Amino acid sequence: MQIDLTWTCRKKLKETIKIVPNTAEATHYGSLPHLYRDFQNLLLQIVLKKLITMAASVVDTYTDPSMSWMNAPHSTGTSIMACEFDGGVIIGADSRTTTGAYIANRVTDKLTRITDHIYCCRSGSAADTQAIADIVTYHLNFHKMELGEPPLVQTAAAIFRELCYNYRDSLVAGILVAGWDKKKGGQIYSVPIGGMVQRQAVSIGGSGSTYVYGYVDANFKPNMSKEEAKKFVTNTLTLAMLRDGSSGGVVRLGVITEAGVERSVILGDELPKFYEG
Amino acid sequence: MSSIGTGYDLSASQFSPDGRVFQVEYAAKAVENSGTVIGLRGKDGVVFAVEKLVSSKLYEPGANKRIFHVDEHVGMAVAGLISDARQIVETARSEASNYRSQYGVPVPLKYLNERVSMYMHAYTLYSAVRPYGCSVIMGTWTDYEGPQMYMLEPSGVSFSYFGCAVGKAKQAAKTEIEKLKLADLTVKELVKEAARIIYIVHDELKDKQFELELSWVCKDSNGRHQLVPKDMAVEAENLAKQALADIEDSDEGDI
Amino acid sequence: MAFAGNFMNPAPLWHNGPSPGAFYSFPANTTSMGPSRETVSDFKAHSATPITTTTTVIGLKFDKGCVIAADTLGSYGSLARFRDCPRVLKVNDLILLGSGGDYADYQYLKDIIEQKIIDEQCIGDGLNLKPKSLHCWLTRVLYNKRSKMDPLWSNYIVAGIQDGEPFLGAVDKLGTAYEDAAIATGLGAYMATPLLRDAVDKGPIDEETAKNVVQKCMEVLFYRDARSFPRYQLGVVNTNGVTVSETIELKHDWTLAHMIHMK
Repeated sequence: MQIDLTWTCRKKLKETIKIVPNTAEATHYGSLPHLYRDFQNLLLQIVLKKLITMAASVVDTYTDPSMSWMNAPHSTGTSIMACEFDGGVIIGADSRTTTGAYIANRVTDKLTRITDHIYCCRSGSAADTQAIADIVTYHLNFHKMELGEPPLVQTAAAIFRELCYNYRDSLVAGILVAGWDKKKGGQIYSVPIGGMVQRQAVSIGGSGSTYVYGYVDANFKPNMSKEEAKKFVTNTLTLAMLRDGSSGGVVRLGVITEAGVERSVILGDELPKFYEG
Repeated sequence: MSSIGTGYDLSASQFSPDGRVFQVEYAAKAVENSGTVIGLRGKDGVVFAVEKLVSSKLYEPGANKRIFHVDEHVGMAVAGLISDARQIVETARSEASNYRSQYGVPVPLKYLNERVSMYMHAYTLYSAVRPYGCSVIMGTWTDYEGPQMYMLEPSGVSFSYFGCAVGKAKQAAKTEIEKLKLADLTVKELVKEAARIIYIVHDELKDKQFELELSWVCKDSNGRHQLVPKDMAVEAENLAKQALADIEDSDEGDI
Repeated sequence: MAFAGNFMNPAPLWHNGPSPGAFYSFPANTTSMGPSRETVSDFKAHSATPITTTTTVIGLKFDKGCVIAADTLGSYGSLARFRDCPRVLKVNDLILLGSGGDYADYQYLKDIIEQKIIDEQCIGDGLNLKPKSLHCWLTRVLYNKRSKMDPLWSNYIVAGIQDGEPFLGAVDKLGTAYEDAAIATGLGAYMATPLLRDAVDKGPIDEETAKNVVQKCMEVLFYRDARSFPRYQLGVVNTNGVTVSETIELKHDWTLAHMIHMK
C-alpha cells in the first residue's frame, strides 16, 4: 500500500496547471460519509489527486522520457488474502504502508468493514481504495435499508466492480471482497485493477501475493476447518511478507461467519518461522 | 354513488370530508370491469391465469395479451385498462433492469414490488394525474426463497398472497381458490385448477368470447417465467371445459 | 444508474463540480494568465493497456453450424492469475459469442448483451436477435469506443445461424469486422488460422470434423502460446440450437521430448 506523493507532485504542478493550493490539500475524512457533501469531497479528492499526478508526470516525462505517469508514483505494496472455509471466510492482510521505501505506517488495518458481514481487503493506492470502500459502504447501507435485509456479497462485489471498471483509468485499486450471506454462505470476489470480477474459493492480492501463488496452490483445500484455514492464511501472508519488501509488520485477520466478524492480530515477532537461509 | 355531484371526486389530490379519495375508488371500479385474473402460489412455483375478454371477432387470436415478462424470473398478469397496465409493466421492467445492472443479481420480488407500488401510489397524490386503472399480480420462483407472489392495486397498496383474484368475477374466483390446498399443490396441478376456475367464473351470457392465458414461473422452468407449454395448456383447457360441462349437466339434473 | 449515470457512458468521476481554480476566477483573470479553464473531463485518461487478459479464441464453420473454442485462463501480465474465466457465451438459441482480450471489458459487454436478450424476451413476440445483427452491433460499439480514444480492449467472434445458414464473423477492438469460414484471434491468428483453413479448404466438413480440428488447434496453441491454458470451453451452434460445454481438459502429448538426445 502506498501513500501518494501529493506534496512533491504539487510543487511541479503549480507550473503546469494553476490550481489553488487549498483546494488541492488532501483533507482527512471519516470512515462513513453520512452527508452527500462528504461523499462529494471523497470524489473531489481522488480527482484532484489524479490531476496532480498527471500534471506532475508531464513534468517528469520531460526530464526523463522513460518515466510515464502510469508507472511512476503508483505501485501496490501489500499482501492480502481471503480464503473460504467450512462456515465462512477468513480474510487477512499485512500492515505495512509505504511512501516510496519509507514505512509511513507499520500497523495499518487493510481489512475494511463494508457491512456487518462483508469486508474488503484493500491493495493499491491507499487513497483510492479507502474512497472506494467508503462509497460502497454508503451504497450498501442505503441498499440494506431499502431491501430490509443484509445485502449479498455478490451485490457488494458488483458495486466495487462497477466503480473500478468505470474509473479504471483513474484508479489504482486491487480489492478482495469477502463476506457471508444467507444465500451462498462464505464468498470471495476478486476485483483486480482492470475492473473485472471473479468469485474464487481462495484469493490473494497485492505485490506480495506474486511470491506465494505456488504455496497457495499447493496447500489450499476446500472445506477446511476454521483453525486450519486461519493457519493457512497466516502462513501464506507470513511467507509473502518475508519475500516482499513492500509488505510486512503484523498479520491482521478476520473470520466472517453467520455470527459476524471476529478480528485478531498476530504480531510481527509471533509469526510462524520458515527457512530464512 | 354518493360521491357524485359533491365535487370531491374530481381530483386525486383532494379528500372527501369523510376521508376518501374517490378517484382511487373509481380506478378500482375500472379494474372490476376487466376479465378475471388469478394468481396461484403452489409449493414449487406460481401460476397465472387470465380470462382475456375478446371484445371483437375482428381481433387476431392472441392480440392484447395480459400476461407479461418483467425479467427472466418475474411474470406479471394484469387486470384493468390494458394501456395503463402496459405502462406499469414498462416501469417494472426498467426497475428490474436497473437493479440487475447496479447490483449484479436478479431483482428480489419483494423489492420490485415495493418500487412498483411506490410508482403506482405516486399517481394517487396529484390533481394533474389520474390513478392507474389497473391491478397487477407479480410472481417469481427462486431456488433460495421458493415461490413469491404479490398483487398491486391502483391505490398503491400491495400484499403478498397464496392465491389472489381480481377483475369481474373475483369473488367467485376467490371462493374457488379458497377450496384449494395451495401449499401442497404443484404448478402442474395448479395449471389445471387455474384453467378450471377461469372457465367456471366466466359469464357466458354477458361476455361471449374469451381467451385463456396461462403462464408460470416455477422450479421446472428453472425459475424462468414462461407461457405454460402448449400441450399442457390445451390439456388444462380441455379439462376445464369438461368440468364446466359436468356442472351444467348436474345443474340440469337438479331441475 | 445510481452511481454511474448512463450505463454505456458513465459520467466523469467528478462532474457538476467546480473546475480547478473556478472559485478564484477574478474578473481580471480572463487571459491565459488566469486560472485553468480545463475541466476534469479534459484530463480523462484512457485505457492504455488491457489488464486481465485472455488469449486466442477460435471459430470454425461446418456444414450445418459453427464451433467456437477458447481456454479459461485470465492472465495478469505473465501471471496465470485466474483459471476459471469462461468466455464462450450462449447469447440466445441462434448465437454463440467468443471473446479474447481484456476480461473486464468482456464482462461489461456481456452484461449489456444479456440485458438486450432479456429485453427481447420481454417483448415476447418470438423474434430473436440474429448473429449478423449482433455482429454489426458489436462493430458499432467497438468502433465508437475506439473513436473516443478509449477502446474496449477485446476481440469478438460471433457464430450463429442466420436464416438457416451458418454465420461466422469477427470484430476486433477497433471495430474492424469481417466474415470468414475460419477465424482465430490473438496469437492464434498466426498459428491456428492455417490449420483451420486447411480443413475448410478441403470442402464442406461436418460437425465432428470441425470439433476435432478445433481441438487440434487448442492443443497446438497450448504448446506454442505462452498465455494459454489446458482447460477450455467448446461452444457449438447448429440448427438444434446453441450448447456451451463445461470446461474440457486438454490432452497433451510430450513424447516428443524422448526424441531429443540428452547428452
